[in-house]
Amino acid sequence: MDKAEKKALYLSVGLLVFFMALIVYASKGLDIDLPTCVTDVRPFTEGKLIKHAEGRYELHIVAKMWLFDLDRGKQEIEIPAGSTVDIYLTSADVVHGMHINGTTVNLMAIPGTVNYARYKFTKLGVYHVVCHEFCGVGHHAMQAKIVVK
Amino acid sequence: MRVEGSIRFIILSEIVFPLLLLIFGVYHGVMQVLYRAGIIKADSFLGIDYYQGLTLHGVINAIVFTTFFAVAFGNGVVLYALKKPLRPGVQWLAWLMMVGGTLMAAWAMFTKKATVLYTFYPPLIAHWTFYIGAVLLVVGSLLPFFFDWIPNAVAWKRENPDQKIPLAVFGVLVNHTLWTIMIAPVAIEILFQLFPLSVGWVDEINPLLARTLFWFFGHPVVYFWLLPAYVMLYTMLPKIASEKGKLYSDPAGRLAFILFLLFSLPVGLHHQFTEPGISNTWKLIHAIFTFCVALPSLITAFTVAASLEYSAKAEDPSVRNSKFYWWTRLPYLRLEGDRWLFSYLFAGLVLFFFGGITGIVNASYNLNLTVHNTAYVPGHFHTTVGGLVLLSFLGMSLYMVSKLRGTDVKFKGLAALAPYFWMQGMFMFSYAMMVSGALEGFPGRTNAGLTYLNPDSPLYRPEWVGYAQLSVVGGALLGIGFVLFLIAFFGTLLAPKVREATVEFPIAQAYHDAPTPVLDNLKGWTVAAVVLAVLSYIPPLYDVTQRGVFHNSPAYNEQYPVPLKQLQQTQNQPDEKLSLKEER
Repeated sequence: MDKAEKKALYLSVGLLVFFMALIVYASKGLDIDLPTCVTDVRPFTEGKLIKHAEGRYELHIVAKMWLFDLDRGKQEIEIPAGSTVDIYLTSADVVHGMHINGTTVNLMAIPGTVNYARYKFTKLGVYHVVCHEFCGVGHHAMQAKIVVK
Repeated sequence: MRVEGSIRFIILSEIVFPLLLLIFGVYHGVMQVLYRAGIIKADSFLGIDYYQGLTLHGVINAIVFTTFFAVAFGNGVVLYALKKPLRPGVQWLAWLMMVGGTLMAAWAMFTKKATVLYTFYPPLIAHWTFYIGAVLLVVGSLLPFFFDWIPNAVAWKRENPDQKIPLAVFGVLVNHTLWTIMIAPVAIEILFQLFPLSVGWVDEINPLLARTLFWFFGHPVVYFWLLPAYVMLYTMLPKIASEKGKLYSDPAGRLAFILFLLFSLPVGLHHQFTEPGISNTWKLIHAIFTFCVALPSLITAFTVAASLEYSAKAEDPSVRNSKFYWWTRLPYLRLEGDRWLFSYLFAGLVLFFFGGITGIVNASYNLNLTVHNTAYVPGHFHTTVGGLVLLSFLGMSLYMVSKLRGTDVKFKGLAALAPYFWMQGMFMFSYAMMVSGALEGFPGRTNAGLTYLNPDSPLYRPEWVGYAQLSVVGGALLGIGFVLFLIAFFGTLLAPKVREATVEFPIAQAYHDAPTPVLDNLKGWTVAAVVLAVLSYIPPLYDVTQRGVFHNSPAYNEQYPVPLKQLQQTQNQPDEKLSLKEER
């Protein structure tokens, strides 16, 4: 190996190690983490918005061909600004994806399992929820809205 | 090297047959940008549904075309570099399996029996011919490797004990070793999960297990597409750039291939970052391995640039002392000899530069939350598999066809221009897709023209309109580039024969070379790669089978929101026929 090649190799390894360190810090240090294995919640069949306290909500979402059931069949819910919401997601039929646009809530809905994320809705306005995994002929109409006011 | 008879026909048809299918694949690529931008506001156009076309686009372009090319290229390289005959029996059997399997799957897709996209996630289920066709294609593609290339390489090594196996052959062997390993999990998924469900032997499937097995295959496969391109970059690009060109370092090439073999496999969970049922510790470990697999690409970036510098300076000694000016001495758009091929590899490299960077973003664990399944992802992989991989495969297809037919390359100017049209189109398309996906959440694989990009729909999302329109311009340029290529390709294929049919490649000598006994131990590295892959997959496979291996979800068809079984029962009672399709 000649000198230039060695330098390039060290530089590459250094760059990648730097990136890895940042990721580990962001996930474990700053606690921006990915969904993990949820075993203590059984898959549910109905969407529900449960208010636990002022500014604390639990949202059960059922994704099915081709709608999101956010709260007993409703595809639009309202929550007050500044609320922290524990979001549980499951699917009633095939694989769906759920992205709340403009947030880091990006979850796959897989039948037989429950996915989980926590998010604090601080900005006022309409949050669009879209299905981003192909789930059949109605996929492009599968969406919902969360209105934060 | 002269090549005649059935071997010549087989290699030639392994190039021409998938290219005929690719015409449809690219056609539907262009159609998709029109659908997504709302220029076509419909479920289907000219008898092809949007999602059916999307399935065909993915399967043809990314599975059929690439697999056929890898076999044709491997056959050519092994034949040319080792100078040992291939066995027609093996080749014919492989050919029949690959072509037969492809036709089976194509029938299922064209008759709307397999609208499941190229990831075929259950519980959406396709006709069984789709699955068995896919298995025949991939298993057929392994036969030349096991019964032609390995025996020939072993025999060559026995005759030349002091020499290293040529780098091009080494790369091809590593690639098919990787291919063999990654086929195991997807074959298990298809044969034990999807096929029994599609013919009705079982009633339920564990979709998460299927996804995990799929991505055990689905990420390594991108390196199976990439490595033939890397073989061209290392061993051929310097020679195309200049007659006196040399590969900067042969050991660096071998090191890169071995690193790919090791780290391509334990990375699949980075496609499943946002999934339930898998512990995020293992997602992080797979993210870290994904960074390891970026290393051989960085080594390649250095070696390719160094080889180009050597070649440019050998060609024109007046730039010998310049640091950067030699870049102006490369044959970007030249028609003498085989120089036209440079445009394909160079345009591909430029696209791949961005493909690599955006790939690092995808792999970056929590950063993936903002891009997962948005248009960012297709934006990314169209600069890799739709960039370097496609362009190098097209260029090499044209090159091999002209040698195998013994014809001159016709419409050389168009052939040399095509990759630049493609590159510019892909830049616009990928920029539009990536920015709209990452910043605005525009989802991928969605017929948006009907809803989100339809001003008359209550779901209208005006913030996505500009990006979709830009992707239409990109798509048009891509279409033009491909048509230019097709003119040159079929012009060359059908031109009169002017010299004897050969298989040959412009292989460059190495500038730095040294014995590499450790890297050449392919058997040992293969064992290490398998062990690492299995270890990295035991915990996630345990996670996803905690609720059982075989159950959870009945099969569905993409048309109806009720399980397939229930649907078949209602269809058997004609009086109560449900028109569920209209309900949506």
